[in-house]
Amino acid sequence: MFPELNNLLNTTPDRAEQGKLTLLCDDNTDGSFLVHHFLSFYLKANCKVCFVALIQSFSHYNIVGQKLGVSLTAARECGQLVFLEGLKSSVDVFFRAQAEPHPLQFLREANTENLQPLYEFVREALKPMDDGETAWRCPVLLVDDLSVLLSLGAGAVAVLDFIHYCRATVCWERKGNIVALVHDSGDTEDEENNILLNGLSHQSHLILRAEGLATGFCKDVHGQLRILWRTPSQPTAQWDRSLTYQYKIQDKSVSFFAKGMSPAVL
Amino acid sequence: MATVATCGSGAGSPGSMVAAGSKNNVTSFQRRGPKASGSDSSYSRLVSIPGTRPSVRNGQLLVSTGLPALDQLLGGGLAVGTVLLIEEDKYNIYSSLLFKYFLAEGIINGHTLLVASAKEDPADILQELPAPLLDDNGKKDFDEDMRNIKTSDSNIKMKIAWRYQLLPQMEAGPVSSSRFGHYYDASKKMPQELIEASKWHGFFSPEKSSSTLNIEPCSLTHGYIKLLQFIQNIIYEEGFDGSNPQRKQENILRIGIQNLGSPLWGDDVCCTENCDDSHSLTKFLYVLRGLLRTSLSACIITMPTHLIQNKAIIARVTNLSDTVVGLESFIGSDRETNPLYKDYHGLIHIRQIPRLNNLIYDVSNVKDLAFKLKRKLFTIETDLGYSSI
Repeated sequence: MFPELNNLLNTTPDRAEQGKLTLLCDDNTDGSFLVHHFLSFYLKANCKVCFVALIQSFSHYNIVGQKLGVSLTAARECGQLVFLEGLKSSVDVFFRAQAEPHPLQFLREANTENLQPLYEFVREALKPMDDGETAWRCPVLLVDDLSVLLSLGAGAVAVLDFIHYCRATVCWERKGNIVALVHDSGDTEDEENNILLNGLSHQSHLILRAEGLATGFCKDVHGQLRILWRTPSQPTAQWDRSLTYQYKIQDKSVSFFAKGMSPAVL
Repeated sequence: MATVATCGSGAGSPGSMVAAGSKNNVTSFQRRGPKASGSDSSYSRLVSIPGTRPSVRNGQLLVSTGLPALDQLLGGGLAVGTVLLIEEDKYNIYSSLLFKYFLAEGIINGHTLLVASAKEDPADILQELPAPLLDDNGKKDFDEDMRNIKTSDSNIKMKIAWRYQLLPQMEAGPVSSSRFGHYYDASKKMPQELIEASKWHGFFSPEKSSSTLNIEPCSLTHGYIKLLQFIQNIIYEEGFDGSNPQRKQENILRIGIQNLGSPLWGDDVCCTENCDDSHSLTKFLYVLRGLLRTSLSACIITMPTHLIQNKAIIARVTNLSDTVVGLESFIGSDRETNPLYKDYHGLIHIRQIPRLNNLIYDVSNVKDLAFKLKRKLFTIETDLGYSSI
């Protein structure tokens, strides 16, 4: 987790909010540093995390997590982390018929109607422990990323349904959080992606949007982060609070500064 | 002329793949430096594979793309377990050349090759690989060229504004002691004995049309399903994924797939905007990447993205690949007569470089890159005109 981002969001691992949907999106840049931040944040906050990692392998997240101070292997062994490695499981699903329903079963189907097996997996992973010996704080679902599901044959509506079911179970029933990353396609007209992004934007409590700079590549400023706090239940009650910062990613942290105030420029 | 040249007895069909692979997780993403006891031996085993080297930044295992200038732009080379996607130039001249450089590098280093194409027979592709510049004659001519370049360069240095000197000049000559990355002469063919000594597997799509399928039909195109099964078979049979303890492989599998997405593979993504199997190509890339991540292999794919009419698919394909390089040749375009580009044959765009095991990545500060193909050298330089020689 990045301490500067915690300050901007006004949270600490001790005081993590519950029942929230956080949407991460990136436009013309790579927003995966936000995923690493939230993964390490919730592991440090002693929450039970179900991580649906569709785009990179376990060792990638593990090595970056070690730089940020969490060990994914230890968390997985003690049961705090349930990790679905999409790339590795897809090979198993694709080449061998599975006996029981597999969360990535839709890879084998010609027309994916719904993502129910994936939802069942999430529900099973985050179900509360009956014996109650190690009480984790709250369940968290982390998805990296949802746009890949569109590429794999699921429609935008199927993905929105999946998130809806997950919200009902994780956020409302079990008072947990959901964090999901969606790529914004920008000017390429990816209609399904736009439907997904707009639909999720209206449901989320916090939107973190990483954008590339409008003027192009810069060595010292890697992009711009827009933070938007929303209250979906009362859409017109008050102004949504929004902040914009520019950031530079370093080896083990990310530094944020106000627009135009990069240390390289001053 | 066999299209498939495999060694050893192929024991089982893909359906009987052992699930023990999950125990010995052979991923290529190893950390450099002191590690837990179990992985010390595996790390040293990986480093000793010829033709690979660990990355300076994060100890990632890298292979050369066959073009040292491109290796430099990609942060040292292509990471094992990743996909390099080349967006073809309009007439598929330079992208097929990069494809051949990649395969030729594999032959020189003794890697196993897997060549897949729907247009040309893989045996023919291998006959046309460029010859490496290894002999002394070649090196002598080379050194002469380099000396001429260096002297004129030193004269030019006096005239250029100091600011431009800070920008890097791409390596244009062979590094003396490198076994990583070789130079090739595009006008000569690779010697026959080197090709015959190498181990390669070919997949020629029209010849595989009558094989039986073991899996139910899903929305993947016929050609893609067969190719995935073929690749998975080779990886398993030859032990590149480390799942079979008897067949431990200490070599890299270089996979080259030519013209992926073209109608010759049975995919209509290049023909119409609303295609029937719009997810065929993306699903293929996803499963392919899954195969690569769990084995010691690296893959190059050339794709005619200029033909894909649905731009959303190009964006999805880019997100599903690791490294993406686009080539734009000047042939037939009005840039051919532009005086700024008169020494060059085209532009090269580095569209995406992956951040593997890291928050940051090596990115070159120079974004305007052009390439030119001389007889012995495919050089990549900044196209601002001052460093042209």
